[in-house]
Amino acid sequence: MIACGALAQGVAEVAARRSWPLDVHPLPPLLHNQPQRIAGEVEALAAGLVEHYDRVVIGYADCGTYGALDDVCERMGLSRLAGLHCYDVYGGAERLARWFEEQPGTYVLTDFLVRSFARTVLAELGLDTHPELRDAYFAHYTRAVWLAQHTDDDLRERAEAAAAALGLPLLTVEVGNAGLERSLADVLGEPATDTRPERPAAA
Amino acid sequence: MTPDEILQALYDETLVGNAPAVLELTNQGLHLGMGPETMLFDALIPSLEEVGARFERGDFFVPEMLIAGRAMAGSMEVLRPLLAETGAQTVGTFVMGTVKGDVHDIGKNLVNIMLEGAGFNVIDLGVQVAPEKFVEAIVEHKPDIVGFSAFLTTTMPMFKANMNALQKAGLRDDVIVMVGGAPVTPEYADAVGADGYAADASATVKKAKELISRRRGAPVPV
Repeated sequence: MIACGALAQGVAEVAARRSWPLDVHPLPPLLHNQPQRIAGEVEALAAGLVEHYDRVVIGYADCGTYGALDDVCERMGLSRLAGLHCYDVYGGAERLARWFEEQPGTYVLTDFLVRSFARTVLAELGLDTHPELRDAYFAHYTRAVWLAQHTDDDLRERAEAAAAALGLPLLTVEVGNAGLERSLADVLGEPATDTRPERPAAA
Repeated sequence: MTPDEILQALYDETLVGNAPAVLELTNQGLHLGMGPETMLFDALIPSLEEVGARFERGDFFVPEMLIAGRAMAGSMEVLRPLLAETGAQTVGTFVMGTVKGDVHDIGKNLVNIMLEGAGFNVIDLGVQVAPEKFVEAIVEHKPDIVGFSAFLTTTMPMFKANMNALQKAGLRDDVIVMVGGAPVTPEYADAVGADGYAADASATVKKAKELISRRRGAPVPV
């Protein structure tokens, strides 16, 4: 699987738990700040991998490529994760659509974004050196929603700090990895949930 | 500083987004008797065009665009009333807004700065602008062009809703419609019946001038 770096850790966790014979080849998550490059980077990596694997799949949703990734998939006979972005993967497309309809100014965080907020959001938007730009980016946002895959105290504090840095109230929604697992199973053609018989506990 | 040095410094400081320096240089230039048009057309606009070119090449990113735009906007606060006093003719009136359901306005705001710099009277309706608000603004301001901006594939269909609202209000033939935003393509612009599409701020200015000239039957500016 060629996966966005923002998803790679979760993909590896799920694959290991489900015992899928899946290697994850991550691409830099910061490509999201230049989404016009994603399709080309995926295509170049896929071209090298198809010779070495029985099958290559794409661990991206559309992710701001506006169809360019679908064009690559069609040309190369590959499949990608369903949805417009990884928020759909984690939280479900219908729920995300409903949130955006209720409050278009919804800023979504994932565990990856919470962990890397200083680097992937503040620094990339120039807010570390130009904090006065905050309103230029976020004046019309009304809330931050954290799609929490894990909810330990450290992540919770980081999520609260991230929302505070943007001047937004935080809504935490615990989604775990169930959505990611369903999306992965779908693209891999595997059962949505683990149907293997439970193994006896080790003595 | 000589006028030439001020123009060069205005260009350089706008390029790096040094807003206090740009404001100071603008005031210095006026103090020396330099015309506001000179500073605008010989320094500020070329600088912002260079910012756009560097963005396209991948040398600049959104933060650099924003701070440069804000630096120029600060200068425009000083120059705008003077340009009006000198009777500098408005190229045209442009009503602009981000469509209903969409709060993204960074690109739109950069386009506004470029349009204003190029001599347009820009009326910005903000974000989440409903079709009826566009209709009201067109009735009130009688613009040459109305611009619809969208950043999401889920909000792009509002272009068509806006077009229908203009049609229903009997205004469609009175105004040029331009559309833009990250997911928008020329094909999509055609499909919704827009008159023009532009991929970025510089291209918007060029296209807007071209469409106005064509409508007025004047030679298309180069």
